[in-house]
Amino acid sequence: MSELKRTPLYDEHLAAGAKMVEFGGWLMPVQYEGILKEHETVRSAAGLFDVSHMGEIQITGPGARELIQSIITNDVNRLTPGAALYTPMCHPTGGTVDDLLVYQLEENQYLLVVNAANIEKDYNWVKVYANEGVEVKNVSDVTCQLALQGPRAIKILQKLTSVDLNEIKHFHFVYGLVEGINCLISRTGYTGEDGFELYFPAEHARLLWRAILAAGQGEGIKPVGLGARDTLRFEACLALYGHELTDSVSPVMAGLGWTVKFNKGDFVGREALLQQKETGPSHKLVGLEMIDRGIPRQGYTISKDGQEVGWITSGTFAPSIGKNLGLGYVAAQWVAVGTELDIMVRGKALKAKIVPKPFYKREG
Amino acid sequence: MKVPADLKYSKEHEWVKVDGNRAIVGITDFAQESLGDIVFVELPSVGDTVEVDDTFGVVESVKTASDLYVPVSGEVVEVNNEVIDSPELVNQDPYGKGWMMVVEMSDPSQLDNLMSAEEYKAMVEEGN
Repeated sequence: MSELKRTPLYDEHLAAGAKMVEFGGWLMPVQYEGILKEHETVRSAAGLFDVSHMGEIQITGPGARELIQSIITNDVNRLTPGAALYTPMCHPTGGTVDDLLVYQLEENQYLLVVNAANIEKDYNWVKVYANEGVEVKNVSDVTCQLALQGPRAIKILQKLTSVDLNEIKHFHFVYGLVEGINCLISRTGYTGEDGFELYFPAEHARLLWRAILAAGQGEGIKPVGLGARDTLRFEACLALYGHELTDSVSPVMAGLGWTVKFNKGDFVGREALLQQKETGPSHKLVGLEMIDRGIPRQGYTISKDGQEVGWITSGTFAPSIGKNLGLGYVAAQWVAVGTELDIMVRGKALKAKIVPKPFYKREG
Repeated sequence: MKVPADLKYSKEHEWVKVDGNRAIVGITDFAQESLGDIVFVELPSVGDTVEVDDTFGVVESVKTASDLYVPVSGEVVEVNNEVIDSPELVNQDPYGKGWMMVVEMSDPSQLDNLMSAEEYKAMVEEGN
């Protein structure tokens, strides 16, 4: 078994009392004081996440845009320097290689931010399609990523930078000094809250981590682990690779049709996705609320009148909503809101109903 | 980690408090701490017969579901409905308000197969 990787903040996590677990080949903090409390902290104040296990792949050169355009489903032509884009990257079959963020850094320079477990897979995938004149570089090991999320994130971060954070629009970024360190400051996140993601050289990880926590003292900031990151993204119905998206699940099936731009020209998976869009996918991703007592978990079967009609991709007690909720794929004829279905929980059929997504949406 | 001296313990991290022919059963402080925030508890019904090493219920944390194992056979004579409504009691007070069920033992000699507090502590510390 290969050794688990550690982020530069490993010792900080231990000092903060984190419980560490394996995640995507990394040893990561799953929680510090408890998932429910950390979840609430992000919804009501601000949470700081170490997400430097995420991968960064830099693509540079005159053919960079063309390369990215050919392998993602979204339209990279929507980007200008300073903007970011969420997109799936698909197999020719339409299944999803990964979902990622594309940042346009400069005219011929882009950064792909990919899932930790998929770094090697994505890097190799991109290289296969790279022509001469394009340099593809895996910069994951030298890049640290922190996410500061929650209603007070902006106030806290503003204490450490002269960049006017209000000027950064959602899904845009600027370069600027934060506590004297050169950062890419991005108004993005994965919690359903307002917030920022910072990218900077890994050697400054500890300094910035401490500075942000210190700046947030009095604002209720707490370090937050991957456990709450999952419940937060789940309530906001943001897809998680390996759950809602996989090598055999397409973005069309996952309800991410808005990220597939057929009119941009050819790209890997276009034909398969177009066919799926025209005929309609066999299954669709729905939100489910338990009627009976029980929690739907990934892999549980969904049935209707005794027939298997789908499967759960994610499910838990949703802390901000106070209900047991699930996301899952259901055969297309049963996806109307209000439809009652059974979820097989430890051999018992428990009643659930389809509810609208997302489960949680912040006000304003 | 609290391990009260007057209780008996199973390998599966249940505790047993003996009261005459009855056994009060719950999960240990170590178990609740390992699970994290408990958000769901499923227990048997009063009148059910439970056999040693079978499962008698489930506790679920935010992240995961874990079976509960029967430490001593017998008839369930009481269940703690309060933890069903407030699963966090298991985190807050695993040896008190977080108890799970009371079993009228059919074979009290099974208690000899359970561990003492010292033995349980040693097992947990060895990481078994």
